[in-house]
Parts: sequence; C-alpha cells; structure tokens
Amino acid sequence: MSGADLLFYAFAAAALLGAVLVVALRNPMYGAISLLGTFLAVAALFLLRHAEFLAIVQIFVYGGGIMVLFLFVIMLVNLHRLRETTKYDRQTPLAAVLGLVLVALFVTVFALASFGPPLARPEAFTAGAQGISGNSQAVAWLLYRDYLLPFEIASIFLLIAMIGAVVLGRRA
Amino acid sequence: MTAEVTTNHYLVLSFLLFTIGLFGILARRNLITVLMSIELVLNSVNLNFIAFSYQHSDLTGQVFAVFTITVAAGEAAVGLGILIALFRLRETTQLDSAAELKG
Repeated sequence: MSGADLLFYAFAAAALLGAVLVVALRNPMYGAISLLGTFLAVAALFLLRHAEFLAIVQIFVYGGGIMVLFLFVIMLVNLHRLRETTKYDRQTPLAAVLGLVLVALFVTVFALASFGPPLARPEAFTAGAQGISGNSQAVAWLLYRDYLLPFEIASIFLLIAMIGAVVLGRRA
Repeated sequence: MTAEVTTNHYLVLSFLLFTIGLFGILARRNLITVLMSIELVLNSVNLNFIAFSYQHSDLTGQVFAVFTITVAAGEAAVGLGILIALFRLRETTQLDSAAELKG
C-alpha cells in the first residue's frame, strides 16, 4: 500500500467521522466545527485526485464562506435560549430504514460493477491546449471556452441568491 | 489483489457521506443541522465528479464541480436567510414550528 493510499484512508475516515458528528451532535456549534473537518478532509481527497484548483476552491468557499455564514447564524439565533426537547424527528425510523435500503442497493451495484483501474493520464489535468501549465489554467481554459454560457448563468444565479438572502433577512 | 485506491473507493466514501447527509436531512429537527446535512450531500456529489474526472482523465468533471459549489453557496445563503426569517417569526429553529401549511 503506497503513501497516497494511506492518505486516502486517513482523510476518508476523517470525512466520515466529521459527517457522523454533524448528524449526531446536539449542539449545532460543535456540528459546524466537525462539518469544517469534513470539508477540509474532502479538499485533501480532491488533491489526491489531481483537482488542485477545486481543493483550494473547496477550502475558500466551504471552509471560508459557507462556514462563516453558518457560524454567524448560529451565534445570531442565540441557541442557549432554545430548549431542544428531542433531537430527532418522529420519522427517524423511516429515515434509518431508507438509509439501510440505500446501503443495500449500493452494495448490490458495487458488487456487480467495477470501473477498473483509472486511465490516469495526469497531463490531462494540467495541460489542455498549447501553453497551459497547471490545473487552475486548464480548468479556466475549459470554463471560459466551452462552458461560458453555464458560467454566466451561474453568476446570475448567485446574484439572485444574494438578493433573495438580503430580502429574506431584512427586518419586516 | 492490490489495495490500490480506485474509483470504487471514492464511490463508496461518497455514497456513505450521501447516506449520512440524507439521514440528517430526514431525521433532525433543527433547521441549522438540516442545512449542514444538505452541504454534506452536495460535497459527496462533488467527490463523485472528481472521482470520475480522474477515472476518465477528463477535466469536465472538475468544471461541473465548480458549478455544484456555486449552487451550494447560493443554497446556504438562501437557506440561512429563511432560517433567520423563521427565527424572527417563531423564536425557534425547530422545523416542527414551521408547520403552518400542514393540512
């Protein structure tokens, strides 16, 4: 087992631990911190799969932006005044059954299908056209050339989301 | 049989993250935790994109993951805005308190 494989298992375990804690912990503040752990572990897993640009975006957007948003809101709503009588909903058994059914389904599919070893042509992630060096440049080249329309739609979507959040958060 | 990490390893991890997140969405009563579980689910989707991008040595998966992150950011902003509105209205973040439309 190589070092990269060991890193995969370590970060996968960290991501799963963080995810379980998010769902299991009563205090959302602790949940947010363990969610941050999951985000960082997933960013490391991106790195192991030659997605260097996305790993940094993951840390900036999730670890920076979204996490700060969550922490602000948790402090804003002042949870100490709130008494959470029961942590889980009435439909918890149903949710557990659904999760187990999904696990069974996936185990079946996983037993039947295997994708084989990856193609692993690392140059595909760093060099698309002439003069491109590095993963960020390759992603940007594809994003601004082939996917320009989705990119612009995404920026309009972000504008709409921003206006929506401001309107929703406004004191009526 | 080698223990080398393949795409299937990533799929298993992503699937487990997805299931944990789905359970959180369905089972928890606190809206903040539900929103955090949605982020878990979106993260697992991104893991899938990256795994298959590597499998096929194709950058398109990475580009699409950028869009998923965009949607996740917008979803978090609007979701937390709704949470603030709910808190102003009901002084709580429990989902049961938002059952006005219940038939």
